[in-house]
Amino acid sequence: MSKHVISFPQMGDYSVPIEYLLSHILDANIMVAPKITNTTIELGNKYSPEFVCTPFKYTLGTFIEALENGADILIQAGGGCRYGYYSELQEKILKDLGYEFTYINLVSKGKTDVKKICHQFQKIDPNFHPIKSLYYVWITKQMIKYMDRIDDYIRKNIGFEVEKGSFETIKKEMLNEYKTVKNPLHLRIKYNKYRKKFRKIKVKKPVNRIRVGVIGELYTIMEPFANYNLEKCLAEYGIEVKRYTNVHYLLFEKSKAVKKYLKYAKEYITYRMGADAADNIGRTKYLCEHKYDGIIHIKSSFCTPEIGAMPIINKICKEYEIPVIFFSFDATTSEVGIKTRIEAFYDMIEMRKEREKLLSRN
Amino acid sequence: MDKVKIGIPRSMYYYYYGNLWQQFLKALDCEVVVSPITNKQIMELGMKYANDEMCVSMKNYIGHVAYLKDKCDYILIPRIDNYGIDNQTCTNFLATYDIIHNLFPIQILSYNIDVAHKETEERAMIELGMRLGCSKQSSKRIYEEAKDIIENQKEKNIQKNMAKLKSNRLKILVVGHPYNIYDAYIGDPIIKYLKKQDVEIIYSDEFNSYMTNRISNSLSHELYFKYSKENIGAIALVQNIVDGILFITSFPCGPDSLANELVMRKLKVPYINLIVDDMDGNAGIETRLESFLDILERKRIHE
Repeated sequence: MSKHVISFPQMGDYSVPIEYLLSHILDANIMVAPKITNTTIELGNKYSPEFVCTPFKYTLGTFIEALENGADILIQAGGGCRYGYYSELQEKILKDLGYEFTYINLVSKGKTDVKKICHQFQKIDPNFHPIKSLYYVWITKQMIKYMDRIDDYIRKNIGFEVEKGSFETIKKEMLNEYKTVKNPLHLRIKYNKYRKKFRKIKVKKPVNRIRVGVIGELYTIMEPFANYNLEKCLAEYGIEVKRYTNVHYLLFEKSKAVKKYLKYAKEYITYRMGADAADNIGRTKYLCEHKYDGIIHIKSSFCTPEIGAMPIINKICKEYEIPVIFFSFDATTSEVGIKTRIEAFYDMIEMRKEREKLLSRN
Repeated sequence: MDKVKIGIPRSMYYYYYGNLWQQFLKALDCEVVVSPITNKQIMELGMKYANDEMCVSMKNYIGHVAYLKDKCDYILIPRIDNYGIDNQTCTNFLATYDIIHNLFPIQILSYNIDVAHKETEERAMIELGMRLGCSKQSSKRIYEEAKDIIENQKEKNIQKNMAKLKSNRLKILVVGHPYNIYDAYIGDPIIKYLKKQDVEIIYSDEFNSYMTNRISNSLSHELYFKYSKENIGAIALVQNIVDGILFITSFPCGPDSLANELVMRKLKVPYINLIVDDMDGNAGIETRLESFLDILERKRIHE
């Protein structure tokens, strides 16, 4: 019998730890889905319902491409808003299109049924051992944590690198080395090595640099193609970016953090609002109080929780007099339009800064 | 002393809890002001204050609140999170309280239902009664009395709805959230048109919600939205009896976009999906309905 081929949706660089985990716990071929391109989006758009949010379209397109390339097992996870309900419809759409595959949904009805998932894994690979795989789950968890830490550092500095592209090359090197990690200690050593390497990269940070916070819906924030490489674009302007959402936050910190945010911004918000909406309102207040120069809110179109948060975010920014810009990405958004809006936003912040300087001199 | 004036927006929650609230608040000796049925002015107010990407129902709700804001002391805006972990509501229901709180400087009377965290409807309503100056025991009694009356009324409606299934006329199941179906601006023009055409209309929300909730499993086993579950359970229950199914969706409804699409892919009965947005004009919808009814009629004659 030939080996199964497993595939999963694309999201930023997180395919590295997920591939690592699956390849160690299952005896199967792991296929990292091809990078999202315009064809992926077109495919997803064609077979999706009319006003579903964009992550549905992106992941559906990725799945179709993966199935075309020979995958026969698909993995999906999600929860918090309607993301948790994607799986059933996606499975139905793909089966209607005539593909044959097994669909593994890690989160069902807001709960993770470990027993059922183990059972499904055992069907793929009879030698699958739940306890043994916990070891690799732990390594993966650490890997995600280290990746997110490094990413935070990169985001703060990449706009000011002296030699263009130095951060990106080292990051690629690091991800490649992570793939061959043997044990937690080995991973730790690698992490420390690359942390030093990143620190050594020469950066020239002006004192009066522009700092913006990027908040919004989680998928759009984490998948660079879904936000049209927004972070790269900001780096080109020499802007320091503060971003909160990453996988480590969503999996391990969120439940505590939401309570903190609700308390912190209690004059604006009393209850959770689904997905990351309440977090984003708390973050907005934090960014405003810590004198960031601007806030960029991004989301996929039709993201209901974020739409609910937008009037509140707008109100906070008005009260603190901090500029805010809202982006709603769809499958048909043009990159040029986004670039123009970011440019205008940048110019506006720049002018504000200069005016403040003049005022303080007088 | 004057009575406390409490405003209830005739939108969203009203269609689930409106009768209960009116009974409950009147027994507590409060004056209840319900906003009028949706008219153009209310819809325009909604579009003025709401974010332009919000769904039509949400704009409608904000319009009703904006209409009421100077006409009463308090506005009743609950927040309903879930009735158990696999019985969640739409995220708009989670956010309404905070959105309104930030949009308008008004006094809000609110309660929270979050059964997964042990905040049940009974507890929430009793607390509401206590806040309005009633003792715990008597507010509990008033709540139970009001609930009884409502349950009886609902039972009657359910029976009426079930009786329609035996009719010989063309039977159409109208699937949608009650705040869309019965709203004068969103669903009512469609229902009025159907009534003119001599059609027996069966409503998806007038079934035993406990039963529809459970039976929805047969069409969609992963669905966790309470109100969508009820709609889809109604389809599962009567799909072999009715001649056709009419979906009424407000643009862009989150849960419906997925749940309805899944069900449509599984249905064997003719169906039509009408999406209502905030543009005016029903001509397009009427043409589509007319041809849908023609198809159903012809199919019936052939059988």
